Amino acid sequence: MATWQYYHNSSTTNDALKVLKNTSESVKIISGGTDLLLDIQQGRHEEVHTLVDVNTVPTMHVLEILDGYLHIGAANLHRVIAQSPLVKEHAAALATASGLIGGPQVRNIGTIGGNVAHALPAADGTIALLCLNAQADIASSNGFRQVPMAELFLGPGKSALKPKEEILTGFDIALRKKGEGSAFNRTMRPQGVAIAILNLAVWISMRADVIADIRIAAGPTGPVPRRLTAAENALRGKTITDKTIAGAYEAATGEVQLRTSRHRATQAYRQDVLGNLLEKTIREAAVNAGVKL
Amino acid sequence: MKFTVNEKEYTMEPQPGEMLSTLLRERLGLTGTKIGCNEAECGVCTVIVDGDPIVSCTYPSARIDGKEVLTIEGLADWYARHSDKPIAGKLHPLQEAFISHGAVQCGFCIPGQIMTAHALLNEHSEVTSDSIRYAHKDTLCRCAGYPTIEGAILSAAKSLKTGKPVEPPHCQSSGKPLHSVGTLQVRPDAVAKVNGSAIFTDDLQFEGMLHARVKRCLIPHGFLRKLDVEAARALPGVKAVLTAADIPGRQNHGLFTLDWPALVGINERVRYVGDAVAIVAAETRDIASEALKLIKAEYEELEVVDNPIRALEKDAPQLHEKGNTLKHIKVRKGDVEKGFAASEVLVEHTFHTPTTEHAFLEPECSIAVPLANGRMEVYVGSQIPYSDREQTAAALGLEPEQVRVVGQLMGGGFGGKEDIAGQIHAALLAQAAGKPVKLLFDRHESLLVHPKRHATQITVKVGAMKDGTLKAVQTLLYGDTGAYASLGEKVMARATTHSSGPYEIEHVKADCYAMYTNNPPAGAFRGFGALQGQFAIESMMDILAEKLGMDPVALRRKNALKVGGVTNTGQVLEDSVGLRECIDKVDAEMRRLGGKNPFKAAAVKEKPDCRRAWGFAAAYKNTGLGGGAPDKAGAEVELRLDGSYQVRTASAELGQGLVTVLRLIAAEELQADVNKVDVLVMDTDLTPDGGPTTASRQSYVTGNAALYAARKLRETIAAAMAKEWKCKPEEILLKDDNVSFASNRMPLSQVAELLKAQGADTMAFFEYNAPETKPLGEGGNMHFAYSFAAQAAEVEVNIRTGEVKTLRIVAANDVGKALNPLGLQGQVEGGIIMGMGHALTEEYIVEKGIPFTDHLARYRVPNFTQVPEIISQVVEHPTGGGPYGAKGVGEIVSIATIPAIINAVYNASGTRVDRLPVDQEKVRASFSGGQAV
Ligand SMILES: Cc1cc2nc3c(=O)[nH]c(=O)nc-3n(C[C@H](O)[C@H](O)[C@H](O)COP(=O)(O)OP(=O)(O)OC[C@H]3O[C@@H](n4cnc5c(N)ncnc54)[C@H](O)[C@@H]3O)c2cc1C
Ligand code: FES
Ligand code: FES
Repeated sequence: MATWQYYHNSSTTNDALKVLKNTSESVKIISGGTDLLLDIQQGRHEEVHTLVDVNTVPTMHVLEILDGYLHIGAANLHRVIAQSPLVKEHAAALATASGLIGGPQVRNIGTIGGNVAHALPAADGTIALLCLNAQADIASSNGFRQVPMAELFLGPGKSALKPKEEILTGFDIALRKKGEGSAFNRTMRPQGVAIAILNLAVWISMRADVIADIRIAAGPTGPVPRRLTAAENALRGKTITDKTIAGAYEAATGEVQLRTSRHRATQAYRQDVLGNLLEKTIREAAVNAGVKL
Repeated sequence: MKFTVNEKEYTMEPQPGEMLSTLLRERLGLTGTKIGCNEAECGVCTVIVDGDPIVSCTYPSARIDGKEVLTIEGLADWYARHSDKPIAGKLHPLQEAFISHGAVQCGFCIPGQIMTAHALLNEHSEVTSDSIRYAHKDTLCRCAGYPTIEGAILSAAKSLKTGKPVEPPHCQSSGKPLHSVGTLQVRPDAVAKVNGSAIFTDDLQFEGMLHARVKRCLIPHGFLRKLDVEAARALPGVKAVLTAADIPGRQNHGLFTLDWPALVGINERVRYVGDAVAIVAAETRDIASEALKLIKAEYEELEVVDNPIRALEKDAPQLHEKGNTLKHIKVRKGDVEKGFAASEVLVEHTFHTPTTEHAFLEPECSIAVPLANGRMEVYVGSQIPYSDREQTAAALGLEPEQVRVVGQLMGGGFGGKEDIAGQIHAALLAQAAGKPVKLLFDRHESLLVHPKRHATQITVKVGAMKDGTLKAVQTLLYGDTGAYASLGEKVMARATTHSSGPYEIEHVKADCYAMYTNNPPAGAFRGFGALQGQFAIESMMDILAEKLGMDPVALRRKNALKVGGVTNTGQVLEDSVGLRECIDKVDAEMRRLGGKNPFKAAAVKEKPDCRRAWGFAAAYKNTGLGGGAPDKAGAEVELRLDGSYQVRTASAELGQGLVTVLRLIAAEELQADVNKVDVLVMDTDLTPDGGPTTASRQSYVTGNAALYAARKLRETIAAAMAKEWKCKPEEILLKDDNVSFASNRMPLSQVAELLKAQGADTMAFFEYNAPETKPLGEGGNMHFAYSFAAQAAEVEVNIRTGEVKTLRIVAANDVGKALNPLGLQGQVEGGIIMGMGHALTEEYIVEKGIPFTDHLARYRVPNFTQVPEIISQVVEHPTGGGPYGAKGVGEIVSIATIPAIINAVYNASGTRVDRLPVDQEKVRASFSGGQAV
């Protein structure tokens, strides 16, 4: 009858894991709840007996440099990430994406962990983390393990996390080195739901004006959040010109699966927008990397 | 758990499924926090938790353990605690600024706006327009006073920083302010709306109140074949389950046409997804919802008629006994064929407007309370209280006098609260259960059920001479009135009569088919048909101007209606046609800002992908019902024993500011201090019938009723005092609190007693009948007044994505007389922004009779970040019959915005948008086609 019957504020990840495991009724992790609660209320998700809140776990709010990586606890709010000087410095794409999610009130509730665990192909935070090659930290009763972001998704709305056994605790991102930078952009439609028609994030490593390495993620470009590796390959070792970008765009159109979604965007428009986002975001990432264009 | 709310400590346990908003509203009685959507979309429920603004509707109450919550009710005290020189009971500067700037309209969003702003100001002492817009992005205001809200926040920030009082707004008063009319006055309800004490229907509590829910058919078309409610009846906590068979009185309701069943019976037809087949009252809302699931209904599904053109076909299923045609509306002037033959240039085009949704932020709520004496009270925010009374009484099998409608503050209406929503259902259940019953729509239900704006298809053909003279205009309209008539006939009549624009044209022929379909009903919505019709003709005027190689403003000026001109319905305009002045003012300002050729696409510095251009449009809109409908209102004014006045009428205050208008008018006539005049509205027991709040008629019709009632009271007072002081009544002077003659002086409170002693009436009633109008087709005066407007819009189009942004709107509105300038400002801003929404963001999508737009997340009303700069001028061409020359305001303000933006998009991009709202894909596609500027 009610959206949930019992609400558990976890004190530690172990506490959360225990409740997950020991609850015989339906049980689910909740972070901000801005996806989950609305899904339940609007009938996209069945009612849940027990909600296990991970916001109350202090370690999941850590946002600092640990062992040479930027560690972002999964319960960090979008607002906190968007404003964090560390994130702005080392992961500009994520800071930008987080600052665009929802409005201020939703950014004060929604978390990066929830954004990723919800496993939608075009979640803004997820796409940014993907280009940053973040490692996802997962806690279970067997201890911690790390998984590359790309391996976290099985299908639309389906993550690889074991629902009753695993918790996403945070993300680790390599610190920005000289010549590296990232950027995020999205195109919206002013009508209907505020989900990007297409979003795109680029991480780039420049050696002088040559692209030493590049990672591009975009959504929705398939059933799961994904990288555009063909476009990356087309750009590696090249300079940034209209021509190389056009080449990357061509490669990208060959690898993405763009769909027409009702009342939102046609496949053709998505493809068109992809070109624009690609060009704009590559250039912005390069600027973030310190290149003068 | 332990937490504090507004510094008060609480220890209580969270309940299953409980959100913070529920805990605040229901367990702590802090109803200042409102619920607009329950889906984290509108921001109305914003409160502050540990310093950060959050949406309390999507925040489990279990999360506040150990936290501090601040709500609107605690803000003034918070300020007192945090300021150097606390003054008890003093409002926070934000609250003061919202009041004095006129940022408060219906008030429903205001707690959310203020709390969002408070969080911002508390974190940053420096704020800018940009930072306010960023912080308020998801805090919606459908009255759309965004610019004024922004101004209020900026001056509150300044006051907080400097410690000086909040600066007053820059708002233009009337060109010729009188004693009180035309001066800047704050709303009488503003304080309650900024401190959280304003009560809306959902905030009311009654002893033993039950909660109702409605079983809707959720199919677009079919016959109800079986209905089993036994399991629902048996559910513990359920107090009443009713079906059509249980209605004691009239089954159908409707504003003019009684075609809408309150409940559909067995073997009767369901005509849209919102049709009700059973209603339930239970101890809690959850139980009532559970009971709905236990009701089993079976239907024989039928072909869905999903558009008006299909509805008109001979073989289409007939949805009502009289067929699918609600009305074929005709306008005839001259002979269009002759006109076209004589024309040198012909243009023709077809336009489409979508269904749109009012999206008032307060969802519908009705509470019915049965009284021991057999009467029924209905508490509801309604635009037509007397009609609610009649319709509810008829369903209950009672006389109208046995029902009392007690109108409540309304969180916006815009035409969407004219029809019956939950009034009848709540009353039926209350009658059956013998207990108060609340029926609150959630946002989903609100979106599904209430009448929308008519989707229309409009074909326009125009014949003109090379010099720009319009010879002939022919229009053909199809209007989708959905499952039930509501005000469909009237709305489409306005669409038809306004479809050739505010121009004098020799030959006009307009035909409109207002058709029933299986879509949600369509009814009144600000702009009332005139909006659709003029989107088409004003787009067409630009098409024609281009074909003629003529300046679009010059083309409009040349043909604009003027005093002595004849409208397409044959009405000779006798006075008050400020159209040319509106056109000239907007034209001058547009060229001042946009240069000599504002209609040419211009490149944008530092934005190589963007082009900018201006677009222009004119508009007019009738004031009052017109078309031969008797248009009257009653008002009474009383001098009370304490020396204050009260104005009473059942007209509706939906946020638009009628109460202030009536107050100003009475104060003017009685030369009284406006603060000594209060206004009581919307109570069918205590206030006389003011007629419907629609058709921009209230300032004029009810305004006149109040004016003449006040005048009558003044005469009574003067006569009594003349007798007392042995002088002529004309020599008696009323001023502020006193009445005087020569050296005689008496305070009003004594005057009231004197009147009583003399047996004179301290109350004057006046029923005002507006000038007679003629039905369409008979010539003569179709309406007793028209308002006029011109607007120019500057847009920026991104040619790589097709995205459109409105940058600036220049507007001039001829409203006859600016009675209430602060309220007018709110109407102008709100109207323009709503118009922009219609041009760019708003579309209520229905697929084969099934609404796709079933949550607020799928319906975008303009937010703070999209608001253009608005430069507005008021034009005052008084109309003879209006109070001090005033005519309607509420609707004219948004009509020209749409074509102005659409024409600007064409000028910037070369894409002629003939289907609203702008589809950025289409704009982009026209560029890929290679015709870049
Ligand atoms: C008005 C509005 C606007 C929005 N705009 C955007 C937008 O612009 N861009 C965007 O990307 N999203 C948007 N969203 C969606 C949503 O807010 C975000 O995806 C948000 O990041 C979800 O985080 P959460 O903490 O609220 O997740 P929750 O709802 O708490 O959880 C989502 C899912 O993840 C699971 N989960 C959560 N945390 C963990 C964990 N630590 N370990 C394992 N599983 C976990 C939950 O069980 C659930 O299945 C919007 C939502 C709303 C309401
Ligand atoms: S956001 Fe909470 S009620 Fe709309
Ligand atoms: S005042 Fe903002 S919604 Fe009415």
